[in-house]
Amino acid sequence: MIKRNYPWKTKLSEKECCDSSPIIDVKNLSLFYDKQKAFGDISLEVNRGCVTGIIGPSGCGKSSFIHCLNRMIELYPSSKVDGDIYFNGKNIFDSRVNLMDLRKSIGVIFQEPTPLPLSIITNIELPLKEHRFNNIQERAVSALKSVGLWEEVKDKLKTPANNLSGGQKQRLCIARTIALEPDVILMDEPCSSLDPISTEKIEGLIHELKGSYTILIVTHNLAQARRVCDYVYAFWYDELGSCGKILDSGTCSDVFEHSQNETIRDYVGGLRG
Amino acid sequence: MEGLTKSISWIVGLALIAMLFYILGDIILVSAKHFSLNFLLDSPFSGGRKGGIYPIIISTLLILAVSLLVVIPIGLASSLYLAEFAEQNSKGIIVIRKSIEVLSAVPSIVFGLFGNAIFSLYLGMGFSILSGGLTLAIMALPLFITTVEKGFRSVPSNYRLAAFSLGMSRFTMIKSVVIPYALPAIFVGIVLSVGRALAETAALIFTSGYVDRMPESLFDSGRSLSIHIYDLTMNVPGGDINAYKTSLVLIVLILATNTLINTILKSWYKKRIAL
Repeated sequence: MIKRNYPWKTKLSEKECCDSSPIIDVKNLSLFYDKQKAFGDISLEVNRGCVTGIIGPSGCGKSSFIHCLNRMIELYPSSKVDGDIYFNGKNIFDSRVNLMDLRKSIGVIFQEPTPLPLSIITNIELPLKEHRFNNIQERAVSALKSVGLWEEVKDKLKTPANNLSGGQKQRLCIARTIALEPDVILMDEPCSSLDPISTEKIEGLIHELKGSYTILIVTHNLAQARRVCDYVYAFWYDELGSCGKILDSGTCSDVFEHSQNETIRDYVGGLRG
Repeated sequence: MEGLTKSISWIVGLALIAMLFYILGDIILVSAKHFSLNFLLDSPFSGGRKGGIYPIIISTLLILAVSLLVVIPIGLASSLYLAEFAEQNSKGIIVIRKSIEVLSAVPSIVFGLFGNAIFSLYLGMGFSILSGGLTLAIMALPLFITTVEKGFRSVPSNYRLAAFSLGMSRFTMIKSVVIPYALPAIFVGIVLSVGRALAETAALIFTSGYVDRMPESLFDSGRSLSIHIYDLTMNVPGGDINAYKTSLVLIVLILATNTLINTILKSWYKKRIAL
């Protein structure tokens, strides 16, 4: 296998971005849609401040998995979760957990950019108002600046967000999420509907956000996972071929360069997938 | 074969348009000859053969206002409940949906008799603008609810997910995302209800009555434009010309409401949503 040099990988040693306590700790999580199991017995840890990637073929439950982490999964009819997820040491399935606060602390970026059908600025201000932040305008502007969108939209803040390009919409969604000062940002294939230039911008953004935020990213794009992730979990189908489980995990190089698992070795080497 | 189908469609289409233009043309031509502004400002006399339709326009607008005041809040609440909150496959909801469907197919004369029995007699409102407006409201509600509910359902579920993923409450989500997005459907519902109310005669004959004097309160009887037209053509020999002129007023009123609402809506939609 060709070894490539990734400048940011050498710059950032894994110690630098992570402390030892995991911010999210998933224990034996299974998900069912009706009786159908989507994935089973997933246990993983997400380290604070790092970018953790989830890779694997379609239909092995990657997206469903990250939708469990802020209980968005409960919005899908007939889904049932089994197992525990600890966020900052507290079980998120505890009945005392405030869902609105949980989702404020763990934001999601969807596959399709989904700005609300409102103006650009309202898209950021509305959630801020909802969570009773102060200095809403300043926060909105600084969020737009931190995703590099400010210069592009500062003259048309009151125009509909739907007039933006796909990549701009996605950056707006990221701005909207980080304006709420979350601890964790879940990204569900954030670049899959974007062109290469927009993808590059989003990936650059992920590098900038790393450290201040913990990022968990699902991606089909193995090259992207290698570029952005510190840690990688590789999902695969179980023996029956219907539901997902973790086959391999470790630092990016553990999984991509010396995976102990034959299936994953073939998958990341491009021999299967 | 395709040519044949095409020509048949064209013939049918043109025939329909021709019919509309014949009716409109007839009404406009006949009324234009006799029309004057006084017709809008005078009271009718001699059974409506002479004078104007001022009190009738006022009664119509009052009846319309009463019915919209009832239809809009109740209709919005019901359609919102059906679209956003109801357990879709539960027995109760299925029964409610079926009832709405049946209600929207009930002939208006039945609503008229129902309104007469309930509002005029049982609740003692007599022949009044209030009982007429309420009867029209019951009649327009099923149509309004189905139209608006469709609008709420057409809001892409992505928006709901996005709003929830930002930790928004359901209330904010509905207020800031669902209702603005469905606003066109809400206005279509209003336009349809207005149209249905203005066109109605059968339901009003037994509820708001015939009296063509200026109403002094909502408890007075009031004659609507459509009833005036009906009365002039059927019961008043020599009332034809004024029936024509009243028809013109009614048609202009309906077209004006539609155009007004559409224009407001279009500019608003472009400014806010832009899809």
